[in-house]
Amino acid sequence: MYAVRLWSVRHARGLNAFYRAFEKALIALHPLWNKIGYEKLEKPFESVERVTKGFLFDCQMCGQCALSSTGMSCPMNCPKNLRNGPCGGVRDNGHCEVKPEMKCVWVQAWEGAARMGLQADHGAKILDVQRTVDNRLKGKSSWLRVVRIAKGLEDQAGNKPKPPAAKPGSTKDLAAVAASVEAKKEGQAA
Amino acid sequence: MNDGQAHFDPAAPLPLLPGHSSGGRLERVLRQGRFAVTAELNPPDSADPRDVYERALVLSEVCDAINATDASGANCHMSSVGICSLLTRAGYAVIMQISCRDRNRIAIQGDVLGAAAMGVANILCLTGDGVQAGDQPAAKPVFDFDSTSLLECITTMRDKGHFLSGRKLTTPPRVFLGAAANPFAPPYEYRAVHIAKKIAAGAQFIQTQYCFDVPLLRKFMDQVREQGLHKKAFFLIGVGPLPSARTARWMKNNVPGVHIPDAIIERMEKAKDQRAEGKQLAIDLIQEIKEIEGVSGVHVMAYRQEEFVNEIIQASGVMRNRQQRRAVEPAATS
Repeated sequence: MYAVRLWSVRHARGLNAFYRAFEKALIALHPLWNKIGYEKLEKPFESVERVTKGFLFDCQMCGQCALSSTGMSCPMNCPKNLRNGPCGGVRDNGHCEVKPEMKCVWVQAWEGAARMGLQADHGAKILDVQRTVDNRLKGKSSWLRVVRIAKGLEDQAGNKPKPPAAKPGSTKDLAAVAASVEAKKEGQAA
Repeated sequence: MNDGQAHFDPAAPLPLLPGHSSGGRLERVLRQGRFAVTAELNPPDSADPRDVYERALVLSEVCDAINATDASGANCHMSSVGICSLLTRAGYAVIMQISCRDRNRIAIQGDVLGAAAMGVANILCLTGDGVQAGDQPAAKPVFDFDSTSLLECITTMRDKGHFLSGRKLTTPPRVFLGAAANPFAPPYEYRAVHIAKKIAAGAQFIQTQYCFDVPLLRKFMDQVREQGLHKKAFFLIGVGPLPSARTARWMKNNVPGVHIPDAIIERMEKAKDQRAEGKQLAIDLIQEIKEIEGVSGVHVMAYRQEEFVNEIIQASGVMRNRQQRRAVEPAATS
């Protein structure tokens, strides 16, 4: 809802503080999520996220939430989906070029970021360059993704990490093991 | 004719100087600390290359690079890739504009390689006007990139030599990268910070929206200098002649992002010859703007008034002591 969305920006500081605590709790509960299985949790998490964030921020479920970096003003409500700042078309009254009845999402974002305080890991995150949207993540839970990234289960691009590369020393060992296995096989064959 | 001339390629880039990103003239002029002039070419609604060459000829005498617009205002015209292909073939220095509105990341990265291969040395990364502003409001807006993520993508291609996907490029595109700024639209107090973000993403020169409000520009440039941004990127300020008070009023109300103070419209209304007054206004603006610390040049946008660009630049005196060039039209186009 538009009015609630504006309220959320006015309360960006409190919402951000709440989210930071919430995120910590989510990450701390990783063993539990892992036990249940992230796959199974996807649907219920996604539903809760859709309802709560939909109510508060008109969340569009991009699956890669940037609210903490955009002053609690959801950038996916920008008709151009801009995730790095306003376009040049903002009207003199601070409203959107495309939807004249709507306040510019990025004028709002800067207000929200200023309310959050422009310290390094609060409102100043608005200065981070946001990458292009990963369209594969649309409609998925962004909360679960945050935990998976924090726990090293996937990277920003959603890829599962490759097994750590073998050190130069261990490559030799592996080669030796492989050679002995081969030798055994040959022995059995003979 | 000797062999060398037979194989002369007017689009071939100049040798790369140390510390330069491109082999283009614009980057050289700017890095030498000379006042640069760029001008926008109005793209034709035509498939005739002569329509492009005629317009380019009058601009090239007075400018360091010609901007090829990418369906600006969301109106359909000859494409920026097409215009750049014609102009580079004839040896003009071009700034290819890329808007994020019409193409996705696959198309744009391909265009960047194609452009660099044709001899395009400068690329201006734009978000693009919304489709509602143009003649095809029913079109699907793409906006896969935004201007900042596009800058980061092309910087990666150039400096790290790979696509967004990580796949390697055998020859990276040697391009000088630009971004747009609109100091004349809200949120005013954050416009310079926003530019800092674009510079962090790779912008090396900045072209602004039309400036008709010098006090607002001064405030913006104050913020720019406070953050030292004028040392990290070259700022070219947008100027253009207003054809009449009526058009000025129409632009103010209908062109997204154009801000024209009432005092300027009044000045136009009072004039006997409004066209001449518009031209004089542009000259006055350039002379005022060039004195602002941190300004490296002007970007002239004269919609359907290309014939004035030459006069405006000459009269403003910014090209004094500069040798004038005249590009040659390739024989193959007739």
